[in-house]
Amino acid sequence: MIEIVRAGPLATVQDLGRPGWRDRGLSVCGALDEFALQAGNLLVGNAPGTAGLEFTLAAATLRFHADTCIAITGTDADAHLDGRPVRPWWRQRVHAGQTLKLAAPRERMRSYVAVAGGLALPAALGSLSTDLKGGFGGLDGRALRDGDRLPLKPCPALPSRRVGMRPPEWTPEVRALPGPEHDDFATDAFWASDWTVTPQSNRMGYRLAGPVLQRERGEELASHGVLPGVVQVPPSGQPIALLADAQATGGYPKIAVVIRADLWKLGQLRLGAQLRFVRCTPDAALAALRDQRLLLNQMSTALCMST
Amino acid sequence: MSELSVHALGETALCCTLPAPLSLEQQQRIWQLAAGLADVDGVRELIPGMNNLTLVFDPLRTEPAELEAAALALWARPPRRRQLGKLVDIPVTYDGPDLGDVAAHCGLSADEVVQRHTAAEYVVYFLGFQPGFAYLGGLDEALHTPRRAEPRVSVPAGSVGIGGAQTGIYPLASPGGWQLIGRTSTPLFDPQAEPPTLLAPGDRVRFVAVNE
Repeated sequence: MIEIVRAGPLATVQDLGRPGWRDRGLSVCGALDEFALQAGNLLVGNAPGTAGLEFTLAAATLRFHADTCIAITGTDADAHLDGRPVRPWWRQRVHAGQTLKLAAPRERMRSYVAVAGGLALPAALGSLSTDLKGGFGGLDGRALRDGDRLPLKPCPALPSRRVGMRPPEWTPEVRALPGPEHDDFATDAFWASDWTVTPQSNRMGYRLAGPVLQRERGEELASHGVLPGVVQVPPSGQPIALLADAQATGGYPKIAVVIRADLWKLGQLRLGAQLRFVRCTPDAALAALRDQRLLLNQMSTALCMST
Repeated sequence: MSELSVHALGETALCCTLPAPLSLEQQQRIWQLAAGLADVDGVRELIPGMNNLTLVFDPLRTEPAELEAAALALWARPPRRRQLGKLVDIPVTYDGPDLGDVAAHCGLSADEVVQRHTAAEYVVYFLGFQPGFAYLGGLDEALHTPRRAEPRVSVPAGSVGIGGAQTGIYPLASPGGWQLIGRTSTPLFDPQAEPPTLLAPGDRVRFVAVNE
């Protein structure tokens, strides 16, 4: 069992979400940095999509009541286990009674803790992800609070070798493809400007501030399905980049779509941070996605051989 | 026959859209298109919107050009006969805080609003906004009422409202700008059930006035 001594600003249970129910109005949810969660799971010997803990700006304390094995991925939260530093993106043995402290990270937004065996929580519609808006999934459909206790699944053979990996390189450049209504806008400003993540942002989407984007042609759109990564432009002309908790349908024109392989970068942007959209091609988007999956597969194979 | 246009939505989705005017007939063909595409290899999700369909796929398994061709081929087939889903009666207590405002706006009495609201049979065009939130077509024109100037910070779950030309039920408590005319205790969303929502695209809905 893990005791959440201090949950920090926003901590939730997340896996890779519950796609497949958007036609019933459900959000996908899931980790905002999917790569970090998957890598952490592989490091502790889990299937990559196992649910773990997502900490926003960390500043959290966890007490372990069982021997286990963890990996801390995502942004570096200067983790300490009973006062001794823990290397991020490495496997770490933990003993019952030990306390893990995550500090507020110096940069970026989200840190993940993957635990060997995973959390013993009930799945809702095939996923353990917390749907904060819908109030289900995760632990009682809500963010973790101080004092929460998370039961762990039994893990018969804890991996013992010290293994780790290099975190992916992060830059505030997010590759995107032009969206269906891209050409309705004068888009030079969109691609050439730095956009600031405003405080009116959450797991549903980031509201961005920058030059006003004016739609120059095109009719009002009927409601349509949207996805994480879609960049919408409401009448204010200030874009909204949708994230995992976005609603299933929307009606604003879509100027761009962040490529799947860079969605994690979007999710790691801090409120107040700046980003730039870099125009990409479908071929490059596919190549980046293929590389990312290949990297996870290679890790999986390498770790299987090392344990 | 209307032309279906297909646009890429990133590298993992396609939007299939129909030109205006919106119609139920077109929407039925959208549902049929979704049903036809459900068996195509690599298709992950099919999300109907208002006279459009978003198709999510795994780009490492399927070429978007193949999916586009499959969608256009299905679209070119003659439409099947009119098909609608199950009929769902939803009991409503018509005591919403905006019932008086809606009646005043429409130049009707509160009883007439209730009569007209319960007289129609509505069709679920698609779901969105919240789990189980159905966009219903078929609201009597005499009841069309603009949204509230000031949206409410929290609309209780089960609220039945009117927003412009649409009527619907909030499955969950949330902020909202619709005019609230009543409430129902019928659950519209249950995350423990499969499927998790009472309503699906194509279902028909009747509101039945009850006294609690």
